[in-house]
Amino acid sequence: MREVAAEAEKPVMLYSVGKDSAVMLHLAKKAFYPSPPPFPLMHVDTTWKFQAMYQLREKAAKDAGMELIVYQNPEAKEKGINPFDHGSLHTDMWKTEGLKQALTKYGFDAAFGGARRDEEKSRAKERIFSFRTSNHRWDPKNQRPELWKQYNMRKAKDESIRVFPISNWTELDIWQYIHLENIDIVPLYKSAKRPTVERDGMLLMVDDDRFPLKEGEEPVMRSIRFRTLGCYPLTGAVESDAETLPEIIQEMLLTTTSERQGRAIDHDQAASMEKKKQEGYF
Amino acid sequence: MTNSTNTHSDKAYEAEALIAQDIDAYLEKHQHKSMLRFITCGSVDDGKSTLIGRLLYDSKMIFEDQLASLENDSKSVGTQGQEIDFALLVDGLAAEREQGITIDVAYRFFATEKRKFIVADTPGHEQYTRNMVTGASTADLAVILIDARQGVLTQTKRHSYLVNLLGIKNIVLAVNKMDLVDYSEDRFKEIISDYKEFADSIGMESFTAIPISGLKGDNIVDKSEATPWYEGATLLSHLEEAPVSDSSMVDRGFRMSVQWVNRPNLDFRGFSGIVTSGTVRPGDAIRVLPSGKTSTVKSIVTMDGDLDMARVGQSITLTFEDEIDCSRGDIIATSDAPPEVADQFESTIVWMAEEEMLSGRPYLLKIGSQTVSATITEPKYEVNVNTAGKLPSKTLKLNSIGVCNIATSKPVTFECYADNPDMGGFILIDRMTNATVAAGMIHFALRRSQNIHWQAVDVDKDAHSAQKNQTPRLLWFTGLSGSGKSTIANLVEKKLFAEGKHTFLLDGDNVRHGLNKDLGFTDACRVENIRRVGEVAKLMTDAGLIVMTAFISPFQAERQMVRDMFGDGEFIEVFVDTPLEVAEERDVKGLYKKARAGDLKNFTGIDSPYEQPQNAEIRVNTVEMSAEEAADLIVEKLMAL
Repeated sequence: MREVAAEAEKPVMLYSVGKDSAVMLHLAKKAFYPSPPPFPLMHVDTTWKFQAMYQLREKAAKDAGMELIVYQNPEAKEKGINPFDHGSLHTDMWKTEGLKQALTKYGFDAAFGGARRDEEKSRAKERIFSFRTSNHRWDPKNQRPELWKQYNMRKAKDESIRVFPISNWTELDIWQYIHLENIDIVPLYKSAKRPTVERDGMLLMVDDDRFPLKEGEEPVMRSIRFRTLGCYPLTGAVESDAETLPEIIQEMLLTTTSERQGRAIDHDQAASMEKKKQEGYF
Repeated sequence: MTNSTNTHSDKAYEAEALIAQDIDAYLEKHQHKSMLRFITCGSVDDGKSTLIGRLLYDSKMIFEDQLASLENDSKSVGTQGQEIDFALLVDGLAAEREQGITIDVAYRFFATEKRKFIVADTPGHEQYTRNMVTGASTADLAVILIDARQGVLTQTKRHSYLVNLLGIKNIVLAVNKMDLVDYSEDRFKEIISDYKEFADSIGMESFTAIPISGLKGDNIVDKSEATPWYEGATLLSHLEEAPVSDSSMVDRGFRMSVQWVNRPNLDFRGFSGIVTSGTVRPGDAIRVLPSGKTSTVKSIVTMDGDLDMARVGQSITLTFEDEIDCSRGDIIATSDAPPEVADQFESTIVWMAEEEMLSGRPYLLKIGSQTVSATITEPKYEVNVNTAGKLPSKTLKLNSIGVCNIATSKPVTFECYADNPDMGGFILIDRMTNATVAAGMIHFALRRSQNIHWQAVDVDKDAHSAQKNQTPRLLWFTGLSGSGKSTIANLVEKKLFAEGKHTFLLDGDNVRHGLNKDLGFTDACRVENIRRVGEVAKLMTDAGLIVMTAFISPFQAERQMVRDMFGDGEFIEVFVDTPLEVAEERDVKGLYKKARAGDLKNFTGIDSPYEQPQNAEIRVNTVEMSAEEAADLIVEKLMAL
């Protein structure tokens, strides 16, 4: 992070309010202490995140003494793109397009992201410093070798860099660090009674009144929590009684499904994440 | 009998029991686990991916949904029939999966009760030495796979040479596919003996050989009943016990590279970095390099409070008792045993770019947080990585390795690579493409640079130019052959001379008759040609002259190199802009005709590129104006400066 702050012209930290973002932000605070991190936080918003995420977002930026930029793709907003009616277009427009627009609009040349190599196969081959063309595309065949701790950050004018400081962390590392450092996380990671409906094999939470109930659907209170947080209509919950961090970790270690399985987006097509990344998804 | 394709090992179950019964105890244990980074290398069919897949599977890093998709994939594209193809778990990118090979470095994680691991899977193809060196640069240990049927191959030697070159001390020779040689002890011993011979020849101090089968699981986690003659550790227990490299850096002198100067307000000035070696405490005497200024550590600042001591690997901010100059790129070191500072080194270079190395061309050299301009001499020799023999060579191509001298524009603080890889390993960056073109490892500083001191003279540059009543300049004419550089430069000199200015014209053709008559027209020779002309022009401006040079000088990098030799505003680039068609039609010297006929090789514009200046101080278009008009324009602009 210090290397980026020293060498990039205009860095930004992408902040999704999830647990990985929380850890990344905490590390930034440590890296620059007693200064505040010398870059803003940016949330590429879809307007469909959980309410609890919006609440933590403001608080976390304030606590860190950092500027918070919230970007919403105006086109998606105008067209009323939503996950119920528009399927994968929702992710494309709000997230992929929204991110590109935001980076271009503010002229950020380096963006920190909280992706981890253990999340998904194509991420295992991403570098810590990942270069994007002026169109924000990722070319997996044209990556720079990363030797020792020497990161080459030089780039042409319109190119940008995505930087993944917690690339080498595993899910267990993340949870353990949150536990040890007592980091603020969205309460949805911990189990509580919440209104839910079961749809297409996924347990969805009815987070606000925009959730269109199908005929015969009736929200049921269940003890649930989330292993990963995104747009609430796309994020599946798990039934759980884990209310504390050690219980969450215990449950994670004993469970036999992987973290991203709760996300509808990965199941779209084979090698879907890789394709999305080449197009500019973070 | 071989074990467990479909069940996890007993150890995984024990861990699971602890998680279920006492999660806090498990977390406590996990928190204090050390981390080992290792690489696996071998030829294409040695079964690397299968071995890593097996380690992930046996350490329970594969979840049920991944396993389901793995079983699916195994049936559609797998190479193991109805069995699980572990390799599919490791090969990541879609294109690779179809080709059935790994093409890049992939990093995987797994943990056992004793340790966390990051494994770099590096490809075995000959053309990807680059990726292997990358993977090896961060590894504490290397697992070299050998197919028991094939024995020691050229690839094995290449990989062994590379991991030894990168300074990896702990090397495991995993003799794989033992199931296919009937678990023969004789075969195993034969391979060890062959390998030992090569290991000795490259100075590898030791290695540990283990007979395994990645496919069947023999001697991976549990001792195999099929190899009763083998008494050593299984692969996993060897990995759990091997020392990590950070541990050898604790007892060295303190060093920290300054990444960032921390100034939240006027009352606080700290220096942030990661401790590279040794330990530091408040009150320690330190020295900042390359300046050599000394002070005392006042405090070690972190968000969790000030520390009494920090050690290798910790990320800290230091404050000093005295206000001394210290900025990004400087090294803070223990005062009584600081590292060396030098501007010339001998080093091993691993070339990683498609474009071959050009000796004399200025590259950027990055070592720690120091970035300087650097030029490389011709290789003393190239290494044949298959035999470890030495070859004569003029340059280095993609994936070749050689020993060269390097000269930097500013002194660099370093330690030799063998003592401290973080202080002696560097990368070279192409100034134009910004690509990382090479990795280097410093052997030692060349004493020569310390023994030639700059002779201070009383009649200096200012005195010379004052006497001539002019500001010394270098007018650097660049353009295609036949663009009119020499003609215009000649006219400019005549006009300046008539004004009473003291001038000199260095012409490309003329210089090649004398000073540079030993140089040809390859890219490397062109670079050296320009370097020498730049140095001569510099001596002439030191004498107070206005110098004109007329050289094609086709490469941006060399023009930048000359620009960097001069002070601000002294170097004036004059781009004589003539389209290729026009220059070729003029063909004053008949050279284009020869080049088109193939009688003249490496001719700029025909089969050698011309990189146009992007920010020339003066640009003249010879289609729109005559040589006389162009010369007038240049003189006018020069006088206005």
